[in-house]
Amino acid sequence: MSYLSDITGGIKSLLGGMTVTGKYFFINFFTRKEVITEEYPDNMDTLKMYDRFRGEVVMWHNENNEHKCTGCSSCERACPNGAIEIIWKKEVNPETGKAKRAIDKHIYHLGMCTMCGLCIEACPTDAIEWGQDFHHTTYDRTQLTKVLNKPGSKVISGTKE
Amino acid sequence: MIILSNFSNIHQWLLGLIQNAVATRVVELTIIALAYLAAFALIGLLLVLAERRIAAFFQLRLGPNRVGPWGLFQTVADALKLVSKELTGTVKADKFLYGLAPYFVIITALVSMSIIPFSKEVQVFDINIGIFFFISVSSLGVIGIFLAGWSSNNKYSLIGGMRTGIQMVSYELSVGMVVVTMVILSGTLQLSQIVALQQHTWFIFQGHVSAIIAFMVMMIASTAETNRTPFDLVEAESELGAGFHTEYSGMNFAYFFLSEFMNMFLSASIIVVLFFGGWLSPFGITAGIPFMGLFWFILKVSVVIFIFMWFRWTFPRLRIDQILTLEWKYLLPINMVNIVLMAALVWLGLTF
Amino acid sequence: MGEFLTDNIKTQEYFLNMGPQHPATHGVLRLLLQLNGEIVENIDMDLGYVHRSIEKMCEHDTYQQIIHLTDRLDYLSSHMNNEAVALAVEKGLGIEVPDRVKVIRTMMSELTRFASHALWYGVNAMDIGAITPFMYGFRERELINDIMEETCGARLTMNYNKVGGVRYDLHPNFQKKVKDFIKHARKKLPDYDAVLSNNIIFKKRMKNVGFIDKDNAVLYGLSGPTARGSGVSCDVRKVHPYSAYDRVQFNEITFTEGDSYARYRVRIREMWESLSILEQLVDNIPEGDYKVKTKAVLKLPEGSYYQKVESARGEFGVHILSRGDKLPYRVKFRSPNFANLSALNKMAKGVKIADVVAILSSIDIVVPDIDR
Repeated sequence: MSYLSDITGGIKSLLGGMTVTGKYFFINFFTRKEVITEEYPDNMDTLKMYDRFRGEVVMWHNENNEHKCTGCSSCERACPNGAIEIIWKKEVNPETGKAKRAIDKHIYHLGMCTMCGLCIEACPTDAIEWGQDFHHTTYDRTQLTKVLNKPGSKVISGTKE
Repeated sequence: MIILSNFSNIHQWLLGLIQNAVATRVVELTIIALAYLAAFALIGLLLVLAERRIAAFFQLRLGPNRVGPWGLFQTVADALKLVSKELTGTVKADKFLYGLAPYFVIITALVSMSIIPFSKEVQVFDINIGIFFFISVSSLGVIGIFLAGWSSNNKYSLIGGMRTGIQMVSYELSVGMVVVTMVILSGTLQLSQIVALQQHTWFIFQGHVSAIIAFMVMMIASTAETNRTPFDLVEAESELGAGFHTEYSGMNFAYFFLSEFMNMFLSASIIVVLFFGGWLSPFGITAGIPFMGLFWFILKVSVVIFIFMWFRWTFPRLRIDQILTLEWKYLLPINMVNIVLMAALVWLGLTF
Repeated sequence: MGEFLTDNIKTQEYFLNMGPQHPATHGVLRLLLQLNGEIVENIDMDLGYVHRSIEKMCEHDTYQQIIHLTDRLDYLSSHMNNEAVALAVEKGLGIEVPDRVKVIRTMMSELTRFASHALWYGVNAMDIGAITPFMYGFRERELINDIMEETCGARLTMNYNKVGGVRYDLHPNFQKKVKDFIKHARKKLPDYDAVLSNNIIFKKRMKNVGFIDKDNAVLYGLSGPTARGSGVSCDVRKVHPYSAYDRVQFNEITFTEGDSYARYRVRIREMWESLSILEQLVDNIPEGDYKVKTKAVLKLPEGSYYQKVESARGEFGVHILSRGDKLPYRVKFRSPNFANLSALNKMAKGVKIADVVAILSSIDIVVPDIDR
């Protein structure tokens, strides 16, 4: 008798599964309500990442092409992967005539970055922050090395470490 | 002997055009062959597309919808890609058998398509042992799969091929016995006759209990025959990569792929002919209109194919020993009892 | 005929390379199967294809920097891994974290556990041959990923813990989203049972396959759902409660069958338990700081510190050996997957090829955690 109950029980369980999948099929077939995928390249315009999303490290610039990075190297020291390099230059103050160290280039190797966020936490002046862009693909990995301060940019006067 | 009575009008017209009986026959055959090849490719491509879209809806996705309206040309694009691909092979493969295997599979599918009664007018080969012919020809396809697995010189392919052998031999039996059951009811092997006998009531209602059991067994056995989930051990991508066609690329792969879908279509056609009155319309509502049979046939086949797809996108895969258990310990005894039951029903005149 | 076969046809065992690129090995794991026809005689496991020397890298990083490396171990339970390191360092420094941090960590752990089990459900179904449940598992996981992304800033490698707290405060939407998720999951989890758990084919495939008894489970050092399927009570959350686990009510799920289906059911039931833990905590998040201030340079006192947590796959332990320096002298991760995988040969002897796949997915391995 267990032979027959095996068959009926088996068929019943199979039909139970088919009910669930069938339900989703007909809902999606007629209304597309349960579809969970996004049509990605088409929704680029409306796609908004969350505020805290860690896409890449960017440096904030104001309209006068000024930033807050003093080049203190806190981020360079905090980075576990060596993804950040700070290059100095000598800058002569026109008023006093004294030469002073200033930031030349804030180099960011995106290819080495693990998006851990320690640099941004370490930054005493909040000069660097998270950018939301996640389209990092390039055909050449040298393009992954970025200079974060824009050419000709200056430090906002009065920014202290 | 090929019976072309259904095309007699065209035959007369061609005869008048060419004025030579033999040449007319040859031209006629060529035209029919080309038409069937075209239909074959078209049905295959549409089924692949349908499978992908339907699978997507089952899986909360949208499916291919980029190439053409509703993604209609997706499979055409895929086919073009496959045609342009290089035919690769393994180093120590048995080159002759390796090349032969896909043709075995596709030609058997094509040949068995010839006996399918698409409608009253469209049937190429109405042989009097039609259903027997179908079973014998379609069972040759397994040789192709077996050859592919054997000749690829790949252990995964070999295991896939071996599994095919076991599975096909077992489930042919079930298909055969279901056919025997239905032949007891119909009393003929000729497909056009089988359809004609269902003029008033479909066989699934004529044979009631016995026919319904036979139908359920046939659905299971056909799924196994066409190597679809839950019986897709032959391919079993999570176990064997791609199974027997792991080493095939380009068009050779496409032949396997296409014939797999064609086999599903053929199985569904046979089910429709045996149980649901083939091209007959329900209650004869469109009996007078010519070529409406084609519509009803395609509709019925689509429904059966949809159930196959429903199976595929719901169930997990069985293990090889469980497949054999299911066939030899469940389906075969059920079939045997069912044959007796059907015979008794027919003998006692309890059929409708 | 029988004599003819035995005299003239030689049969021999053959070897089949499963992996390193194989759909069923979940990454780059190589299994060398010794087969007799379809029957598996022996399995040799070949590891090391994704070895990144994370333990060695830890010796060159400060304690703050170590944490983000643990994201890359078992990437499906990255929050638990982070938490283990943070707890170990806090233990060494004697930092007592605020209640709010404890609750946040617990909630995040349970969300991660649910996400990991949801993914495992889908992958397990796919290994058995059903492809549709894969998307059902991902549907629930996607909602958790969104919650994670909103609060932590990343979907998978969250790096949310830090020594002395968490990196950001909870996002204002967090509570609402978690409540929505609990409601959604309670509605959708019965689907899982209907499609897979009750399915006769699935049951036949999983039951009485990959059996390991309680003694052997202890002997092989199994932990997590894999061990609890054999009746070993080993839930770190219950035995050695950490964070806020001592203030929530939940059951430790154990089954005594010890087969693949028991391990499957443990995970399904654990999803329900995770939901109930979340439900208890979501309205009771205490106010307070989300981190305590720590020194910029952390120096652990000389000694060794061990902290274990219950990751989605079992007991994840961190052993830090300090010489009083700002860098650890040695860091050792006790990964659950390594021990769990070691029992595969024991479980899979004498089964069919298809069962190896089923057993492997019932152990639920993550290869980067094994190779480290």
